[in-house]
Amino acid sequence: MAGKSGDGERPRWLAGVIPYKEMGYWRPDYEPDDTDIIAAFRLTPQPGVDPEEAAAAIAGESSTATWTVVWTDRLTAYENYQAKAYEVVPVPNSDPPQYIASIAYKLDLFEEGSIANLTSSIIGNVFGFKALKALRLEDMRISTHYLKTFDGPPHGIINEREMVNKYGRPLLGATTKPKLGLTPRNYGRVVYEALRGGLDFVKDDENINSQPFNRWRERFLYCMEAVNRAQEETGEIKGHYLNVTAGNMEDMYERAEFAKELGSVIIMIDLTIGFTAMTSMSKWARKNSMLLHLHRAGHATYTRQKNHGVNFRVISKWCRMLGVDHIHAGTVVGKLEGDPGAIKGYYDTLRDDFVEKDPAHGIYFDQDWVHLPGVMPVASGGIHAGQMHQLLHYLGEDVVLQFGGGTIGHPMGISAGATANRVAVEAMIQARNEGRDYLKEGPDVLKKAAKKCKELNAALDTWGDISFEFESTDVPDVVETPTTSG
Amino acid sequence: MTTGVRITQGTFSYLPELTDDEIRAQIQYGIDNGWAVAIEFTDDPHPRNVYWDMWGMPMFDIEDAAAGLLEVNRCRKAYPNRYIRVSLYNATLTKQTVALQFIVNRPPHEPGFRLLRQETTDRIVRYTLEPYAARDPHGERYDGSD
Amino acid sequence: MGESKPVESPPLGPGAPPRETAEVYGTPGTEDRFKDLADPMRDIPDDADVGAEGVFEDSHIAEVLDSLDDELIALAEVKARIGEIAALLMIDRLRRKIGLDADVPTLHMSFTGNPGTGKTTVAMKMGQILYKLGYVRKGHLVTATRDDLVGQYVGHTAPKTREVLKRAMGGVLFIDEAYHIYRVDNERDYGQETVEMLLQVMENQREDLVVIMAGYKDHMDRFFSDVPGLSSRIAHHIDFPDYSVDELMDIALLMAESQRYRLAPDAEKALMDYLELRMKQPRFANGRSVRNALDRFRMHQAIRLYKSAERGRKLTKKDLVTIEDADIRQSRVFKGGVYARDSDQERPDPS
Repeated sequence: MAGKSGDGERPRWLAGVIPYKEMGYWRPDYEPDDTDIIAAFRLTPQPGVDPEEAAAAIAGESSTATWTVVWTDRLTAYENYQAKAYEVVPVPNSDPPQYIASIAYKLDLFEEGSIANLTSSIIGNVFGFKALKALRLEDMRISTHYLKTFDGPPHGIINEREMVNKYGRPLLGATTKPKLGLTPRNYGRVVYEALRGGLDFVKDDENINSQPFNRWRERFLYCMEAVNRAQEETGEIKGHYLNVTAGNMEDMYERAEFAKELGSVIIMIDLTIGFTAMTSMSKWARKNSMLLHLHRAGHATYTRQKNHGVNFRVISKWCRMLGVDHIHAGTVVGKLEGDPGAIKGYYDTLRDDFVEKDPAHGIYFDQDWVHLPGVMPVASGGIHAGQMHQLLHYLGEDVVLQFGGGTIGHPMGISAGATANRVAVEAMIQARNEGRDYLKEGPDVLKKAAKKCKELNAALDTWGDISFEFESTDVPDVVETPTTSG
Repeated sequence: MTTGVRITQGTFSYLPELTDDEIRAQIQYGIDNGWAVAIEFTDDPHPRNVYWDMWGMPMFDIEDAAAGLLEVNRCRKAYPNRYIRVSLYNATLTKQTVALQFIVNRPPHEPGFRLLRQETTDRIVRYTLEPYAARDPHGERYDGSD
Repeated sequence: MGESKPVESPPLGPGAPPRETAEVYGTPGTEDRFKDLADPMRDIPDDADVGAEGVFEDSHIAEVLDSLDDELIALAEVKARIGEIAALLMIDRLRRKIGLDADVPTLHMSFTGNPGTGKTTVAMKMGQILYKLGYVRKGHLVTATRDDLVGQYVGHTAPKTREVLKRAMGGVLFIDEAYHIYRVDNERDYGQETVEMLLQVMENQREDLVVIMAGYKDHMDRFFSDVPGLSSRIAHHIDFPDYSVDELMDIALLMAESQRYRLAPDAEKALMDYLELRMKQPRFANGRSVRNALDRFRMHQAIRLYKSAERGRKLTKKDLVTIEDADIRQSRVFKGGVYARDSDQERPDPS
């Protein structure tokens, strides 16, 4: 860039305010390097604001710029550090008008292995910008050069399966219910019944940490008694996600160390602890051969609205980079938000080694994961055994299906609920592998399996017809072929 | 009251025992996916006993599940009173692990496990799981009939 | 109690487990597709349409037979026999469909004839025919000879034979020069074990694989008389006659054409002379000898063209595609035998 603005009327370095576009943040001719990190933003400009100027402003504010010209830029090779908005595409049929802006960032802008630093730049200041009505980070292309500065999941899907010795089917879990109020001893009973009945994992809920009615150390002791009793009765490896979330790192490390001392295979953390704390726990989990489960508590405050916030696929990406083994990623058919195409996009982002650009799944860029292990997605919330064919169809087999109410609310008891879920998943896998059209014949497969399993029969009688059908608030913008469910 | 426990390792342990035709269908699914077929057996069902004895080498070059079933039945004949499992192994890049595993033979009686609790300080309990069968030497477990 | 680990390679000497044969192959599953046959002649009226067109079209059997016709010169009798077998199998299939037959038919075959008469090619087609008609599940062809089946020491043979059988399951096992497996004059020969396993599997696992044994006719006849029970397990014997010189000529021209060569007018006469001489010489292998001869003629042509180019002559496209009389006539065959010189030696090939 020369020392003049685009039209040559005003010297570039004259003190004062000039448009971001003219400061070098709008570069329609720019071709991103392989090493660049690219972000796709959905922006909704205020009326009268030029979308290219808005994109340039985002590029500026998420990299080097401030609101006015500073001469100190000239002490740097500033062009390297300036983010470059290089494309702005209108979103069809949007009112008020929305645009997708692609912005490229040089590798130098980010500290190695730090999601905190990455997010401070990319979603740091810009989301409060006055010239924008709303702004959403839709996707990021993380260059493999930057990707390789992250540790990734402590273990990943393959190692997790080898650790727990379970292959070829979704893993099964449940969250202890009621979420709050059970004493540690009663709590352990729920864990024990669910595991002995056939689940692989039981889970602390996100908000059970160490309350007056259920202090963490007591809970851990009873839960591990439950895990060991269940292993005795089944000969299988079982786990309970012991939630080590706490108000500070020292307490989290203390709780994680105790879980390790008791022989647990897995601990859990909440998204609310923050990216840096998550990364620290990830390092701890790899060092101590412990699976790390992440509950995405709080994410919907910024992931759910279509015009503002951060898309969950970006959160998924960051979590795979900083490294967790499990992450909740939606169910399609359950009680929580989720368009099938978008959820497919999250699952692919978490599990696949190469994710191809696919607008129908909300994937804006090719992403090569260069063999960084995959994260096991967790589907939780309002799902039950009667949906097993749909769950397998939408979510595949590398997933933890968590049936909380669908286990604990079973009319014959918790253990029976667990058995119903396990029989349903095994019968469905068997049918799939035999080449049957399991999505279509699913209900028949379940009915047939239920003839030899009274627990499944009761589950189908209780929940067979329950489904949650609300329109999703967030679906990918595919004009030609709207996403279909079913 | 019945004694013993049914060990539920493997993918189809909660279903009725698979028939030979059902086993054949699962093996064919693996072959059609390009996976190798391996047969293993053990008389130590501890959940952390990873390395069961291999019944020959994994079968990498077979087209039809009849070949896998043949080895299942030979293994059953040789070790009727042991646990036998079929593993289908996926060697493709980024997988390179077992893709499906299921038990196809069990001892007639499964005595299960003894859970030992060693009480230590601060209410911490150290747990040890021991298969009852493992108290006897290899080859003399499960009624010693093989 | 001392326990051996997997019995895959049993130890030598005392305590070695008995050879496993008979008990090994006893558990074929009942095939689903034959399950509805328990009640023959149920309530089907005599004039019921049995859906022959459907079976005929779905199986695409005509396409396989046509491709057999296109790809193989002559062999009229063999093709007729294959057509008959296909017809029989299709009608069997229809009979089975309406419940008139229940048994899994025996489909093992023997292909007899001299080397190069098309046995392997026909066996490959047979695999496809059997697959398309639903008699084998995969239809692939696994070829084996004695070396693949028979071991060198005690305990070696059974696993070796079993490996081959396992690979062939779902398709066709083609055993070339099958009579070499069994040496009647040596009762300690390990081939005996292979033969026993073959007999077992041919009887008990008919739905899992089809065995085709191939070789010279006289050797094969002796083999069948030496091994009781073998001939009775083979449903179809097909003899592959030697090609006539005219048929060999057709084969040669077809091969040349497929390789984008043509023969100069006088070269055709030379080729005819060549074939007549070559047929009478030892180790003649019909189609295979023709292919080898063509390869050598191409070599001679290449040397001739190279030398003339070296002398400064311009080469044309016509030069590149034409095989001349001289390319053929310089063959050793015209000088009294293929073994006259190493450089022109015909490699004998089995089958």
